[in-house]
Amino acid sequence: MTQEKPAGPAGEAQVDPRLLVREEGFAGYLGEFRRRIKGGELGPLPVIVGLVVIWLVFQTLNDRFLSPQNLSNLSVDIVATGLISVGIVFVLLLGEIDLSAGAVSGACAAVLAVLSVGQGWDPLLSMVVAVAVGGAMGLFHGFFFAKIGVPSFVVTLAGMLAWTGFQLWVLGPNGTINLPDGLISNLTDTYFAYVIAAYGLAAAATAGFLLVSLVGNARRRAAGVPSRTVGDIVFRTAVLAVVAFGVAYVLNLYRGLPLALLIFLAVVIVTDFVLRRTKYGRSIFAVGGNIEAARRAGINVAFIRMSVFAISGAFAALGGIFAASRISSASQATGQSNVLMMAIAAAVIGGTSLFGGRGSTYSALLGMLVIQSIASGMALQGVSNAIQFIVTGAVLLAAVVIDSVSRRSQKASGRA
Amino acid sequence: MAPVLALEGVSKRFGAVQALSDVSLEVNSGEVLALVGDNGAGKSTMIKVIAGVGPPDEGEIRWQGRPVTIHSPSEAQSLGIATVYQDLALCDNLDVVGNLFLGNEIRRLGVLDEVAMEKRSRDLLNTLSIKIPSVRIPVASLSGGQRQTVAISRSLLGEPKVVLLDEPTAALGVEQTAQVLDLVERLRAQGLGVILISHNMVDVKAVADRIAVLRLGRNNGVFDARSTTQEEIIAAITGATDNAVSRRRARSEEGE
Repeated sequence: MTQEKPAGPAGEAQVDPRLLVREEGFAGYLGEFRRRIKGGELGPLPVIVGLVVIWLVFQTLNDRFLSPQNLSNLSVDIVATGLISVGIVFVLLLGEIDLSAGAVSGACAAVLAVLSVGQGWDPLLSMVVAVAVGGAMGLFHGFFFAKIGVPSFVVTLAGMLAWTGFQLWVLGPNGTINLPDGLISNLTDTYFAYVIAAYGLAAAATAGFLLVSLVGNARRRAAGVPSRTVGDIVFRTAVLAVVAFGVAYVLNLYRGLPLALLIFLAVVIVTDFVLRRTKYGRSIFAVGGNIEAARRAGINVAFIRMSVFAISGAFAALGGIFAASRISSASQATGQSNVLMMAIAAAVIGGTSLFGGRGSTYSALLGMLVIQSIASGMALQGVSNAIQFIVTGAVLLAAVVIDSVSRRSQKASGRA
Repeated sequence: MAPVLALEGVSKRFGAVQALSDVSLEVNSGEVLALVGDNGAGKSTMIKVIAGVGPPDEGEIRWQGRPVTIHSPSEAQSLGIATVYQDLALCDNLDVVGNLFLGNEIRRLGVLDEVAMEKRSRDLLNTLSIKIPSVRIPVASLSGGQRQTVAISRSLLGEPKVVLLDEPTAALGVEQTAQVLDLVERLRAQGLGVILISHNMVDVKAVADRIAVLRLGRNNGVFDARSTTQEEIIAAITGATDNAVSRRRARSEEGE
């Protein structure tokens, strides 16, 4: 959001003389930009800068890094953990934490495998049931947190242990169930090879964005509230178009548009819409900002908390399904090890605050890109797992430091 | 015309403490009634009775002349009583519009109608001549006085007839206090009944029409704000008139 220019007589009546109104034109943008950086309103800037640096470094080390094949694989590799991270964003917005997401994803992948392979259920039905089971597990955590008052940290820690046990029990003595070719493994192995698919999507996204911006702006102007300049809208649309068509071009050089990426992008866009433009989303931000204010405004705090944990569980299950799909099997290792930490790190690296009330599901996408880029780049270099852990840990710490410092400077400039 | 809100013979007991005994209070439309009293005089209990948080044990509440009961905050709100508590309970991470409409969002096809809410916010703030840099900045970046005005404006969205302000000028600077007092006067000009709870005699004298004093859970007089000096009110609050010296003087005056 840029600072909007007040328009019309209604605007003038409210303008405080101390308020810095953005100047017109490009100089105005620069001034606004500088003010935001100083005020600690960094938004997605650090992560985008970080991503560019990471890509440049790995590309100079190994020129296969920015190859279409590697980038295309990267775009599919981010999906499983990215979906878990979307659920984590919801929980972080409340100012809480969900430590069970990894275990829930593994357990639900196991449920999926047992139902579809062991019991011979329809794959689609198995997936729906697996996601429902994940949601129920999340609801269970939410109940103990919201109704009983157990700290979310402890409830979900208990959940992490219990659901891991559940996963081992469901999988039985073999410990691994291979998924045959079919709907489930196709989730991450389907590419729309027609060139038109990726370009069409990019064009649709750009046109859709432009249309929504123009219509919204026309409504704002009609209502006499501040609206964007046409130049502003054109600039934003142009940036989106460059990114969208750039991604489409690269994907088309390899196997085309991956289905998994398409699903992930759809999830991010829809959840972001829910958070920003619905009463439910507004209530989540309110509970994360000031619980007493939310309660007095008549928001059902217990419902919001329980539903958010259910959402987190459901997205963890969805992530587990994609993780199983990617390697065509569900095993004792699915959702274990560092999956949880990666999902939380992605949300935080992408700019969602650990302190609650600030963030967006786009941070799951951006954060996963950073983490997976590091993993992929280091894998290309043949760096050992040990070093990969250390580097990812360092990036997570850097992200949290940026979060804390920007929060402090937001406070200093009165914006937190 | 009957007062918009009248309380009569209200008593409230908490265990061994008689917080209110036989208190009466009335506020008219277009009037600022200040409710003053020392700590423990029963102001907070009175707010709770009116706001529906703590219904009275005894006594009658009349709304525009007819007897009503107020058993919950939502009943008070649906009657037309808006309460602004001392801790404003605003969400720092939401912008002014978000806070004003929290819990009562305007929706269009199930989606938040930001344009309509923003327009309504600007109109409301303009009517009240409230100066805020922009309705789209987070509440965290507002000053204490601006936050107070946002909280008061928020209570006005339900179009109440009586507004209950609990210590609106506590912890505010000189200029900010003036802003809030200006707003109180504009509420009165719009025909609202305002009940102003305050410790600050200067503020009370500045905007109130009548001043009701509570002392130890009882009425201790209702004064006309213009014709009463600050000392008289403070005397009523502290009970300074009711001591050995004043009683002796009263006796000797009788004797002469």
